[in-house]
Amino acid sequence: MAAITLRVNGQTRTVNVDPATPLLYVLNDDLDLRGPRFGCGMAQCGACTVIMGDHVVRSCVKPVGAVGAEEITTLEGLGTPEKPHPLQQAFIEEGAAQCGFCLSGVILTAKTVLDVNPSATDQDIRNALGGVICRCFAHTRILRAIRKYADARRA
Amino acid sequence: MNPSRRDFLKGTGALVVSFRAASVFGMQAGDGQFGTHASHINAEELDSWLAIHADGSVTAFTGKCDFGQGIYTAQTQLVAEELCVALERVKLVQCDTEVTPDQGSTSGSQSTPTNFNHQNLALAAATAREALLKLAAERFGEPVDGLRVENAVVTNASGQHVRYEDLIGGKHFNLTLDRAARRRPQVEWTVLGKSVPSLDRTALMTGQFEFVHHVRVPGMLHGRVVRPPAIGSTLISVDQTSVKDVPGLVKVVVRKNFVGVVAETQHSAAHAARKLKVDWKPGPKLPSQASFFDSLKEQPSRDALELDSTDVAARLATAKHVVRARYTYPFQAHGSLGASCAVADVKAGSATIWSATQSAYPTRNCVAMLLGMPADKVRVIYTRGSGCYGLNGADAVSFEAAVMSQDVGQPVRLQFSRQDEMGWENYGNACLIEQRAALDDAGRITAWDRESWIPNMGSRPGYDRPGNVISGMLLGYEPPPLRPGKAAEPTGELRNGSNTVPEYMAGCIQDKCQGNGTVNAARVLTHTVRSPFFTGPLRSPLRIQNTFANECFVDELALKAGADPVEFRLKHLQQQRLVAVLKAVATAAKWQKRVAPRKQTLANGLARGQGIACVAYEGRNGYAALVADVDVDLTSGLVQPRRFVIAIDCGPISNSDGLRNQVEGGILQGTSRSLVEEVTWDEQRVTSTDWESYQTLRLDYEIPEIEIVFVTPEGVAATGAGETSITVTPAAIANAIFDATGARIRDVPFTPSRIKAALATRSEGAIA
Repeated sequence: MAAITLRVNGQTRTVNVDPATPLLYVLNDDLDLRGPRFGCGMAQCGACTVIMGDHVVRSCVKPVGAVGAEEITTLEGLGTPEKPHPLQQAFIEEGAAQCGFCLSGVILTAKTVLDVNPSATDQDIRNALGGVICRCFAHTRILRAIRKYADARRA
Repeated sequence: MNPSRRDFLKGTGALVVSFRAASVFGMQAGDGQFGTHASHINAEELDSWLAIHADGSVTAFTGKCDFGQGIYTAQTQLVAEELCVALERVKLVQCDTEVTPDQGSTSGSQSTPTNFNHQNLALAAATAREALLKLAAERFGEPVDGLRVENAVVTNASGQHVRYEDLIGGKHFNLTLDRAARRRPQVEWTVLGKSVPSLDRTALMTGQFEFVHHVRVPGMLHGRVVRPPAIGSTLISVDQTSVKDVPGLVKVVVRKNFVGVVAETQHSAAHAARKLKVDWKPGPKLPSQASFFDSLKEQPSRDALELDSTDVAARLATAKHVVRARYTYPFQAHGSLGASCAVADVKAGSATIWSATQSAYPTRNCVAMLLGMPADKVRVIYTRGSGCYGLNGADAVSFEAAVMSQDVGQPVRLQFSRQDEMGWENYGNACLIEQRAALDDAGRITAWDRESWIPNMGSRPGYDRPGNVISGMLLGYEPPPLRPGKAAEPTGELRNGSNTVPEYMAGCIQDKCQGNGTVNAARVLTHTVRSPFFTGPLRSPLRIQNTFANECFVDELALKAGADPVEFRLKHLQQQRLVAVLKAVATAAKWQKRVAPRKQTLANGLARGQGIACVAYEGRNGYAALVADVDVDLTSGLVQPRRFVIAIDCGPISNSDGLRNQVEGGILQGTSRSLVEEVTWDEQRVTSTDWESYQTLRLDYEIPEIEIVFVTPEGVAATGAGETSITVTPAAIANAIFDATGARIRDVPFTPSRIKAALATRSEGAIA
């Protein structure tokens, strides 16, 4: 066990856990966050995605002891129900989900790819989402919402 | 934190405190999967379905729950519409055995037909509105006829008004559901039938939504299961010392063949589950996957005749043109994105289970059996999980969470691993289907013989069969054995709930013809055999398998008859709603008539084709026709759908945006199941247990265009809709591949190697 200090969604939080604990369990069980979720535990599906710095990380395979001081953003850190991030707003407007379990992987991955390359094409966006799975197959709406956000962002 | 029904009503200052909770001892299990069952909440009583509080807000109670398909929003719209109150004034409580009526399972595209037609929730809201009008009429001292109701206010001709809460707020109606209560006419709908944005949207997109995975209870511990290394293994011994050094381990739980670990944290539990040494006695060898379909015919089987006109063999023997074909459909996984999870808090005399099951009441009864507790001491609170698409691991994980919590005497949150989920689920059935049919010189089907083999084991546990899923079996309950037997002659109604009977058969049983088509000489025989794995409903259970074989075969018949596939279908159909969607889709998709595969080739080595398929889902629960435009890479064998056009008739539409979402998702899920999804196994176990070994079309997939045409006849009842589009997808794609290439693909999934093999041996259709 060790005291580990994390920067999560703009706050500093200290937890006392085994440093080998996957970051996902700490976010869910110690910090009561709901955005990242356990999908596979093998970094294969994206449900546990968080943003660290400027890239996405699969928190189910990231030991909490290896996180360091880097800022972590989860889906709920991106925006709030009262003030959603514009990408979340586009998803709300397009109704781009069914069960919604996949959304951390979908939304956070799309945000990072567009942060890096605001003029990303649909093909670029799809390539970035190649490791993300939506089993309800809300693909049509998901890509429409991302395109809507990308276009509005460039305008 | 878990209010009782009493609290729901008291919370708003209501006087409603005398809710009748008769003992459920001796309670009868329900008499049908989809009906409303006898329970402590009497579904005949209006107060069981809704309450109007002192502040005018409404709480409605439903036994049909939302797992992402949009039924929460649609039912809220329904109550708001029938009661004439604003949508935001209605709070819906779904599938909590303490407070909601028992409506069995939320499954089989039955939620809309069950709750939106003249019964159950819809009838309750209509009964309540009429009761309120009557109360207002008494208040005003005038007849009901001259009263208007809008936004929970009743107004008379002279402008006097009274609010609902002043008539009944916080009190019981004390009425039974009134079969004579009038529904609000569809032309007057202001909330129902509108594209109300799904009510869970903002919480989902901003990461606030509570899934069952997030339920936390004070004192809660974390569990993991330890599955056997092979199917059919039995437990020899558990070496407790192998995990004695795992920090935070609370207990190794062993019961019959069930092994699990409980620890203070998820990390500890996962660590202990990996480390625990268990000795298992291996089970019998699994049948070879390569020869699996051939082996089905050699198994003892339970047979059923859906139809038998008794003249089919004779007609086939003398027919001039006979077409025959054999189709196979693999086992497929639900593959929920989130591995299943449940939280159980079992105390000495009571238990609460937070579960994503589709079957709250049945799960309550099974958990009670496993805990040795009366059913009325167990409460199951439905809490949404990852999309399930049928019987995923939600029931299994709920049973085991309960047993583990009972064993350690503390609340336990049990989280399955990916392998626990995909290696042991109730897979969608594999199926082998053989078809033979005769044609006359006029291109009319004169006889049709259809025989299928369906491996099956377990299914939904229902109220008393926990052994129908893996956890119940490990805990000592066997799934019911297959009882081999010959088929009896069909009697009574043609049900066709699994779409076994092709649409083109007249469906005559004892002079009563209830099929959608015109072919009188027909035999439809099914053989159920023992499956090596658990099986269970997966979105469009057996309907997708059967429709694939039926709708491909009718294309093969059209080719032999020298007829266009649409015209050939229309020639043999008589069901007008099915005819209407077929015509609508042909028009919308600009169907190109052909009597042979067109084999259009593009410059880049692609062949392009168009195929069609249609279905009357479950015989009469929704109508759909789909046209697929696909490209086939003649070198690699890759199939890429470019466009789908679907026409769908599901009666009155509750929420067209929600329906579109279901139709789009169904087509793409159907595409994934057509092209890549297949459970694999070796001699001992299922080997497709993660997202490398079980394929799914990911978000990088080049999605085809999807165009939806709603066909909305007047004066018909609401049907299911969520499973229609997926049902027709595999056949529409296969028929398009044939049009593109002249190669007939009869085995799902349509992998590149199968396409290449079919291209190499293409013979312009079925074997004559």
